[in-house]
Amino acid sequence: MDIGLNALIQNIFNSLSLGGLYALIAVGYTMVYGILRLINFAHGDIFMMGTYFAFYAITAFFLPWYLGFLMAILITGLLGFSIEKIAYRPLRNAPRISSLITAIGMSFFLESFAVVVFGGIPKSFNVYPKFFSDIILIGQSRIPLLTFITIGVTFFLFLVLWWILYKTKIGLAMRAISVDIPATSLMGANVNNIISTTFVLGSAFAAVAGILWAMKYPQVQPYMGFTPGLKAFIAAVIGGIGSIQGAIVGGFLLGFLEIMIVGFFPSLAGYRDVFAYIVLVVILMFRPTGIFKIYSEQKV
Amino acid sequence: MKKISLKINLILTIAFLIGIYFFLSNVNILGDYWSRIVTLVAIYSIMAVSYTLVNGITGIFSLGQAGFIAIGAYTSALLTLSIQQKEMSFFIQPLIWPLNSIQIGFLPATIIGGLVAAFFAFLIGYPSLRLTGDYFAIATLAFAEIIRILIQNLYGVTNGTLGLKGINPYTNVWWAWSWLLVTVIVIGSLKYSSYGRALRAISEDPVAAKVMGIDVFRHQMMAFVISGFFAGVSGALYAHWITTLDPRPTSLGVMLTFYVLIMIVIGGLGSITGAILGAIFFAFVSQWLRIFESNITIFGFTIPGVPGMSMLILSVLFIIVMIFWRRGLMGKEELNWQKIYNFFKKVEVQNE
Repeated sequence: MDIGLNALIQNIFNSLSLGGLYALIAVGYTMVYGILRLINFAHGDIFMMGTYFAFYAITAFFLPWYLGFLMAILITGLLGFSIEKIAYRPLRNAPRISSLITAIGMSFFLESFAVVVFGGIPKSFNVYPKFFSDIILIGQSRIPLLTFITIGVTFFLFLVLWWILYKTKIGLAMRAISVDIPATSLMGANVNNIISTTFVLGSAFAAVAGILWAMKYPQVQPYMGFTPGLKAFIAAVIGGIGSIQGAIVGGFLLGFLEIMIVGFFPSLAGYRDVFAYIVLVVILMFRPTGIFKIYSEQKV
Repeated sequence: MKKISLKINLILTIAFLIGIYFFLSNVNILGDYWSRIVTLVAIYSIMAVSYTLVNGITGIFSLGQAGFIAIGAYTSALLTLSIQQKEMSFFIQPLIWPLNSIQIGFLPATIIGGLVAAFFAFLIGYPSLRLTGDYFAIATLAFAEIIRILIQNLYGVTNGTLGLKGINPYTNVWWAWSWLLVTVIVIGSLKYSSYGRALRAISEDPVAAKVMGIDVFRHQMMAFVISGFFAGVSGALYAHWITTLDPRPTSLGVMLTFYVLIMIVIGGLGSITGAILGAIFFAFVSQWLRIFESNITIFGFTIPGVPGMSMLILSVLFIIVMIFWRRGLMGKEELNWQKIYNFFKKVEVQNE
């Protein structure tokens, strides 16, 4: 096998794992947007908080890693629940721009909170079992086990999400209120509970993505959520915001784009983050509804 | 209630300006530290007033302000830096041709900084203004990040992550406050011109405004470009106030947009005087809250300082304002003598 093919295989696996992480975060954005038409700006910071929770569950409370990760996911879910209850619920009937500003404030708050409580200096995230970094040979490409775990967990969670949305009652209710909130509440569904569930689910997914992300780039710091959060939002827009299939497809597309462009043109590595933003602008210009969902134009 | 006549209004305004003049000319009595803060207040006010023109008066929600501020800051700094200083700073990659052999004065550099920022505002506004609501916000945020990443990578122009050092500290109280006066006069007269009324119509209901024959795109573009110009000017003043520039997200990145957003939300979205009050509030409170970041000793107990505390408190305040007091200090109104008069009249009536 020649080196080009090895590099290609490596890049494909990298894109799948990076894309999967974007997709996991994007799902949280898109579910909230689908229901409340709110860009949950704090979602990237919820992702960051998830990694800190995992870090401290293991280093400060001496939990075994699997319990620590589980605790972190649950606490992050709780965090998402509280954020919605405290900051977004009072503004649900306010102009949409007010909720967006509050979400920005929430993001700012979580970042400052992390700086104050966890410290602004990056911490090394070396709390995961060592065998995660074992190298697996495919042909002659060396791929860490973590990449396979990331891809596996991502696909497993998408199955779980599919099951929740299409096989459970709460999933049915979630799909219903994304179409029409008043009508769903008239059918006897408790809108507040459904919205809370959405936030818990989205935040838990973000926590999983955060833990996987922190293992991939073994570091945690208070501003780590901004760029992945913004890119995952872009992934959601690419797929058509509000659509869950769209978020997943968009996440993988963005992952492939980033890894492949840098893989083929290494001199552009410094501009890696720019591609996502350019894609966003192009998509918004020419097909603002994304690949999947088509929102109708505003009627007067 | 009695209406204040134009004559009294004019006299009070002139008296107020003279008062400000005396305050500023004696500000150095307060010491070097406070005169720097007073300068910073004016720089923040220019940022806030230019931001409120877009986010408050025009009613489109941009998150790209930091990008324009950064462009103004870098452009002007590159123009005023001495040639020796440039040779010293740019050791990874030399500065490209025209910039490495020129040094111009502060005023033209500030104006050019503003014009370059306005040009970028035009380039960014042209595609973005076709979007509405939160899509516009995200697009402008993305553009601001693109600008920041370009600054971080174009070593031949901006010195990349090394940043610019040794910028001449030209910005003093007079430069900053004179530019603030210019900003307020331009944006204030814009707000009350026919353009301003059209802008407010657009912010209330863009579709209805369009039906009335207002060219929505052109008006929004004009506001966006003017806002970009003054953001660039504020960036130029800021660069020559702080004297070092670097493209980290926490210095000239999205954080700066957040800070200016805090100012205009607390002041009231859409009010020029509110934006200035918000900027004053932000500058003083963020300085004052610094006491939480150093050790405090009370009765022999030492409470350790926590870095970042001031921003945490400000962000909590920001969320509380958004939830409970969304119109901020001024709402969309302006503070004028009539209001102050009415206020004192009310207090008097209550006291009787």
